[in-house]
Amino acid sequence: MDAIILQILNGLDKGSAYALIALGLTLIFGTLGVVNFAHGALFMIGAFCAVTLQRVLSLSTVTLDETKKDFLGNPVKVETPYVESWFGPEVGATLIEWSVPLAILFSIPVMVAVGFAMERGLIKHFYKRPHADQILVTFGLAIVLQEIIKYFFGANPIPTPAPPAFTGSFDFGVLLGFDPFTIVYPYWRLVYFVFAMLIIAGVFAFLQFTTFGMVVRAGMADRETVGLLGINIDKRFTIMFAIAACVAGMAGVMYTPINSPNYHMGMDFLVLSFVVVVVGGMGSLPGAVLAGFLLGILESFASMAEVIDIIPGINQIIIYLVAIVILLTRPRGLMGRKGVMEE
Amino acid sequence: MTDQTQNPSAAVTGEATRRQATRNRGLFGLNKKDTSLLIIVAILTMLAPFLLNPFPEGSSLAQFNAGYPDLMQRFVIFGIFAIGFNILFGLTGYLSFGHAAFLGVGSYAAIWMMKLLTLNVIPAIIMSIIFAGIFALAVGFISLRRSGIYFSILTLAFAQMSYALAYSVLTPITGGETGLQIKSTDSPLLSNLQPGEIGRANLFGLDMRSSYELEVGNWLFTFNAGYYIAAVVMLLAFYMSIRIFRSPFGMMLRAIKSNQQRLNYTGLNAKPYTLAAFVISGMYAGLAGGLMVAMDTQVGPERMFWTASGEVVLMAILGGVGTLIGPVLGAGMIKYMENIISKINDNVLHQWFAFMPDGIEDFMVFIIHPFIGKGWHLTLGIVFMLVVIFLPGGLVEGGQRIARLFRRDRKGGGVEPDAADQRKTPAE
Repeated sequence: MDAIILQILNGLDKGSAYALIALGLTLIFGTLGVVNFAHGALFMIGAFCAVTLQRVLSLSTVTLDETKKDFLGNPVKVETPYVESWFGPEVGATLIEWSVPLAILFSIPVMVAVGFAMERGLIKHFYKRPHADQILVTFGLAIVLQEIIKYFFGANPIPTPAPPAFTGSFDFGVLLGFDPFTIVYPYWRLVYFVFAMLIIAGVFAFLQFTTFGMVVRAGMADRETVGLLGINIDKRFTIMFAIAACVAGMAGVMYTPINSPNYHMGMDFLVLSFVVVVVGGMGSLPGAVLAGFLLGILESFASMAEVIDIIPGINQIIIYLVAIVILLTRPRGLMGRKGVMEE
Repeated sequence: MTDQTQNPSAAVTGEATRRQATRNRGLFGLNKKDTSLLIIVAILTMLAPFLLNPFPEGSSLAQFNAGYPDLMQRFVIFGIFAIGFNILFGLTGYLSFGHAAFLGVGSYAAIWMMKLLTLNVIPAIIMSIIFAGIFALAVGFISLRRSGIYFSILTLAFAQMSYALAYSVLTPITGGETGLQIKSTDSPLLSNLQPGEIGRANLFGLDMRSSYELEVGNWLFTFNAGYYIAAVVMLLAFYMSIRIFRSPFGMMLRAIKSNQQRLNYTGLNAKPYTLAAFVISGMYAGLAGGLMVAMDTQVGPERMFWTASGEVVLMAILGGVGTLIGPVLGAGMIKYMENIISKINDNVLHQWFAFMPDGIEDFMVFIIHPFIGKGWHLTLGIVFMLVVIFLPGGLVEGGQRIARLFRRDRKGGGVEPDAADQRKTPAE
């Protein structure tokens, strides 16, 4: 029992990332009808927002400390980050330690700008072109974006630690009455899961309870009629694209302490997120979220030692296997809407 | 059905040409235009060691020479891969994102053949085609039940599964992360190797790596046995693809691309045709994989990774989907860029811009720096995006547009050989 709970918990953080990316993909697909292969790149750009902020905050002045000498007798060089000299050592150090959560604030304007630029600059011209062309051009864009990041940040993963308040793990098992140390779960993963739930709830609430969201939903259902009613639906869809970019970006920011960001993390997640979207059902937002968590948890179950003993290698292929089975038995995915992506 | 099919890219060809095409079916059962295209490609590939080595050794431009065996082999092998991919994507419109899996399966089949039976490459290549074909039949049978993006995702899923399995569980067969090489411990049945001797791939005793080097003045031309064998296979594959493009079967595939529903309404089942196209294209990929092994006698699972599948998509698009010569052009272009651009470094740039004032020189180098050396993927991505946005027909369409500019007065005909001429341009 405790092993099962542990695996479910382990699956949650990856599932959250899948769900957030798949949610953005579905938002874009449902509104603009565009298959966005560059969505993983947006996730990666978000992650590198965190890296950038961390680096900016730790920019330092180098001073010579005459009181301390190194072994050659020269004064020791002391690096003092600017933020520490501006706000005092305690506040400054805290700012640097909390750079990942702070990067969320930083990433929002960045991702909105990137999203607008992408939609207005490129994707707008591809509404009328076939899906294959959309896949290809966004695939090209993804390569370009990831190479730009590689040029500036190098090819190696860059560690970005979580704030020290969240670095430990907590004993979840004790809470449920199991023995201590049976279910140990890192705090940050819990934070990530809660964060993902908040974002998902936020997006759904936005679509469900605001006038803007209502218009967008109407546009998703019947774009032409909404346009005939004198509503500029294109503008709203562009905003939705920016929101989807933001969701992917924030998912990337928060994911950095779990896995050190590198330039190809976006592509790694994208392939799986597409599988998630297809399993959830093209164009269905709840389907994307559900499938994201489901596949994340399935993946973590499949990587249990007991399971691998029976079917070796299952942890590597479980997601694809499930996708194949679902596509063949339920062509529309778990919660796919009728008439979406059907020739 | 008469041979009235024609390449959509050459849609300008008038009624007169069409009638002519049916009247005189010349060499190899091809019409005049295709024959000349085939002959031009044949001449170009046969003379490639000369054409790709236009700069004398030791000159500053020698780094643009592509006439060394390793690169030339890759040109033709990836050419085969792209031709095969084009038969599926170009004709039926089904975008497979998992084609590298067939290449990998073919490679593994070939290396096992070489390890166990004989070091002769012919059985290895035949086995690679057969195994890739069987695998493609299984994958295609399932994947082709869906179309559009679902088909892309399904093929991607199968390819990623094969990659993951080859990487982990199937290690006894695939060698896992390190892959498979021919080792000194291997003693194939039909070979008389000394104990401890490392076998070499050969064709009836002709070593794949043996080359004849010709020195003319400052130029050094290398004629490699492996390259010529691969080139002959590529020409055969190319000829096959022309025949498929011009056959009733090819016409059927185009009908699937333009409107599958209408095809169904006329009482035709499209599935056997698409499946056949999928298997043929998988066999081409297996052939390419087998040839790869024949050239360098090693294989690793990264050959099946989805980026490798993406690469062949890039090749086909860059050259021109649905055209005959396009994929070969695209493959050559990408492999040339990969090798040559990644070799350029800042010193070379400084040499080029040496005629400029220092400040401007440094500035130019600074601007170009991200696009060269390790940044060649960036160049590739940008070129690819530009092609998809402005030139959906790829290089072939570009060639046609240029050709049309030059001869407005002559209508149609002979545009594709022009595109074929471009093959030389990277080296010139």
